[in-house]
Amino acid sequence: MNQLPALFRVFAYLSLLTVGGGMAAFPELKTQTVDVHEWLTFPQLIHLYSVGQLAPGPNMMMIVPIGDWAGGLAGALVVTVAFFGPTAVLTFTVGRLWTRLERWPWRASIQQGLAPVSIGLLLAGCFTMAKGAIFGVETAAIAAGVLLILLQYKVNPALLVLGGAAVGLLSF
Amino acid sequence: MNEAGAVTAAKPIPAGAPSAAVPLARIFRDFLIIGSTSFGGPVPYLRDRLVARNGWLDDKQFVELLSISQSLPGLNATNMAMLVGDKLRGVWGAVLAIFGMCLPGGLLMFAVGIVYRAHGDHVWATAALKGVAAAAVGLMLSTVVQLSKRSLEQRFDFVFIALTVIAVNVLHFSVPTTLIVLGLAAILWHRPRKPSGTDPS
Repeated sequence: MNQLPALFRVFAYLSLLTVGGGMAAFPELKTQTVDVHEWLTFPQLIHLYSVGQLAPGPNMMMIVPIGDWAGGLAGALVVTVAFFGPTAVLTFTVGRLWTRLERWPWRASIQQGLAPVSIGLLLAGCFTMAKGAIFGVETAAIAAGVLLILLQYKVNPALLVLGGAAVGLLSF
Repeated sequence: MNEAGAVTAAKPIPAGAPSAAVPLARIFRDFLIIGSTSFGGPVPYLRDRLVARNGWLDDKQFVELLSISQSLPGLNATNMAMLVGDKLRGVWGAVLAIFGMCLPGGLLMFAVGIVYRAHGDHVWATAALKGVAAAAVGLMLSTVVQLSKRSLEQRFDFVFIALTVIAVNVLHFSVPTTLIVLGLAAILWHRPRKPSGTDPS
């Protein structure tokens, strides 16, 4: 079955929801890829997303393997273009406009208003992910430990994610 | 074109130099470097290379572009690449910057996906992945806390955060509905006040 049109639609749609960060789209990413199209399972999605935090560059390159699994190499390319194309055009256009609107009073209102809502969306994404990633004391302790360390010290987060892998290997 | 880029690449471009002087190959090369080294989140690496090393932006411009990146859909990393690429060399600068930014991580994750599909259900792999997923939740939460500290101006903003979480996680509204309804409400809440009026906040 040809999944390419569906892959394009879903990931172009998801990209428009990533206000504030990729995590904001996570609840909808789960609905679309796991529940609606069944391209992968929820545990697989969580694994890909988490491992994706270890890769350099944009933290959502985990969409590439979803495209690959659902539609092969073409799927991987379609997903990447769909996910970065529309928002790139939008940012390009609005970015040029935005710098010219420096004195427009609503500009500050939009930035101040979108800030708490986008933070709320990121937090909602965290909770959706936690439902599949936190079960039992060990996983909760790892998450809490990483959170506290990052708030307290300047550490490269990728190292802590690797640390999580080590703790996982030792304790399960 | 690559060779031309390599020749000029060694020379740092001083701040305030006409931006048209930056060759396209140089833009691609620098974003490719950021894209392949920025472990743990691209923002500090972007600042280091664009502001500190190359002087393509000053700190004020950097923060301003970053705030635009955060308000618009799209990832911070690619939005920043887009805006900086456009500022330096227009459309082609933007395209090459995004391409360089995404290429290394994309190739890596493509390979990871293949390995994961073949071996992801091994006992040691599931054990490690459990730890990685839990750590990623902690990492995400720390991002939320740090963003809140940096970009919230009023106590009432926490009400909007709570409403957003309830809408998505409890009432199961879709993300776009939530974004449009609560986004508009929050923008209206922060609407421009008359400069003469006494602002209670």
